Amino acid sequence: MVGDVSDLDPASDPREEPASRGVPGQVPAVPAGQVHAPIPAVAHDDVIDDAIENPVFITEKLSVSYGTSPAVLDVSLRVPEKQITAFIGPSGCGKSTIIRCFNRMNDLIPAARVEGTVRYHGVDLYGNEIDSVQVRKRIGMVFQKPNPFPKSIYDNIAFGPKVLGMKGSMDQIVEQALRRASLWDDVKDRLKDNAFGMSGGQQQRLCIARALATNPDVLLMDEPCSALDPISTGRIEDLMHELKETVSIVIVTHNMQQAARVSDRTAFFIVDMGSSEEARIGRLVEYGPTSRIFTNPHDIRTEEYVSGKFG
Amino acid sequence: MTTRAESSRPVSEVLGVPPAAHKVRDRSFVLLLGALTSVALIVLAVLLIDTAIDGVPQLSLSFLTSFPSAFPAKAGIESAITGTLWLMGVVTFVIVPLGVASALYLEEFADNSRWWNRIIEVNIQNLAAVPSIVYGILGLAYIVRGPLSLGRTVLAGGLTLALVVLPVVIITGREALRAVPPSIKEGALALGATRWQAIWRQILPASIPGIATGVILSISRAIGETAPLILVGAATFVAFNPTGLDSPFTALPLQIFSWISQPNDEFRMLAAAAIIVLLVLLVLLNAVAIRLRNRYQQRW
Repeated sequence: MVGDVSDLDPASDPREEPASRGVPGQVPAVPAGQVHAPIPAVAHDDVIDDAIENPVFITEKLSVSYGTSPAVLDVSLRVPEKQITAFIGPSGCGKSTIIRCFNRMNDLIPAARVEGTVRYHGVDLYGNEIDSVQVRKRIGMVFQKPNPFPKSIYDNIAFGPKVLGMKGSMDQIVEQALRRASLWDDVKDRLKDNAFGMSGGQQQRLCIARALATNPDVLLMDEPCSALDPISTGRIEDLMHELKETVSIVIVTHNMQQAARVSDRTAFFIVDMGSSEEARIGRLVEYGPTSRIFTNPHDIRTEEYVSGKFG
Repeated sequence: MTTRAESSRPVSEVLGVPPAAHKVRDRSFVLLLGALTSVALIVLAVLLIDTAIDGVPQLSLSFLTSFPSAFPAKAGIESAITGTLWLMGVVTFVIVPLGVASALYLEEFADNSRWWNRIIEVNIQNLAAVPSIVYGILGLAYIVRGPLSLGRTVLAGGLTLALVVLPVVIITGREALRAVPPSIKEGALALGATRWQAIWRQILPASIPGIATGVILSISRAIGETAPLILVGAATFVAFNPTGLDSPFTALPLQIFSWISQPNDEFRMLAAAAIIVLLVLLVLLNAVAIRLRNRYQQRW
């Protein structure tokens, strides 16, 4: 299964050094089962990919580097609308880096450089006339560790609508956001309490409610459950299923079972071990419907990862 | 049964014998630290007790509400207290906006790869260690005389003291800002807030307890400063309260300094009493600072 010839795309990567990939058109001479083999190409479900109508995001040869060393190289994929897309892979594979391109959070790191394109409903997010603040108004984000503001529950939700200058009753906006995050019944009697008094799971749902309060089009979730217990995790997964009626969701997770449970499509990333720490490069290995990625992966490395052989 | 038998083996056989030297070294180290600490505490206690013996009998309401006088029995510190309060007011008014703005700039906006920002940073740290008398000379040359020419007024004294403590306010302000985790800023930005909104509405409010603590501690340092005030020419014999920013003034440490340099022993007793008043003021301010810090301590 390594290097399925039909998947090879010889012209896809002019930047890459030839030594790290097989000769185009040939099955690379890598013993099957070697985990960190040079990567021939992305095993894409190209047919299905093209069938994604109105993709929310299209990335083309998206690469991010910190300083001089590339962190993740040549990611091309399409994120469907009103579905859940999961990014999985071992740590250091660049899945968080990629998701942070979707709302330009990488801007906060001065050394980060983004190449290639990310299109959001056809608009190049890294185009010259794009204001990153405008981008983040449409694309919400939930982080790995719950990060409520050190304020009341109410003020946590109200902050986003206030800075966006949303019209209407703030009480209603807050209630609606909390209801969408199925947190309303838990906190309706203590809206003025400090958010730090909530449990970790509640804090994370508060962060989701906070992101929903501004009616975003997309919700990016960067390992949202990694700091939570299984029960809280379950509630957030249920919540995601409800939310995808109205919001497109991209979730980064290192928990494969979570990806299998919640997502419609899964992208598997891998980290290419270089000669040194700096030379580690993340790459997209395979992308397709979650059911196929988990039952019938095209790439041996995906198969090994999802079956628990490494990572 | 076997476990019972095993657990009855002598401890030394299971864990080995601890070297006797370890225990001795541990003990002697603790004793040494205790002895060194007590040296500092004893010196402090002697000073306090000595001051209290001289000063406490002098303390009375009339001492607090009288003006200085050539007769020790009639002399008091009202003008010194009001002068000190006026100075504190000016200092606070100057250091809060300047200190917070500088800390915000250095912490949130300054690009550390630029040489001028690094120079500013190093300079502020150096300024915090400059002897206060140097600020006094600066105040005399540029604030009392020179370009500002404010004369020997409350405003000139307050500005000079503000310069003395400003570096400390900036440094503690930066620490307070840095103590707010970056995830708060990320959270705000991810909601579509501008950089300014994130700083003004989330980071700054979250760091206010830390900033306030730094401001209060700086003010308490300013209260005790004597040298710069002598240089900017505060009077030591002022028989009236300051009436405004352009008024001549005295302050508690100056009053103490002037009484101590009198040959008459009774004035030295008065100085001791004034020292007690100053100490009480300082303890109160520090207590407020500690309370602030504990009350608003964040569990990030």
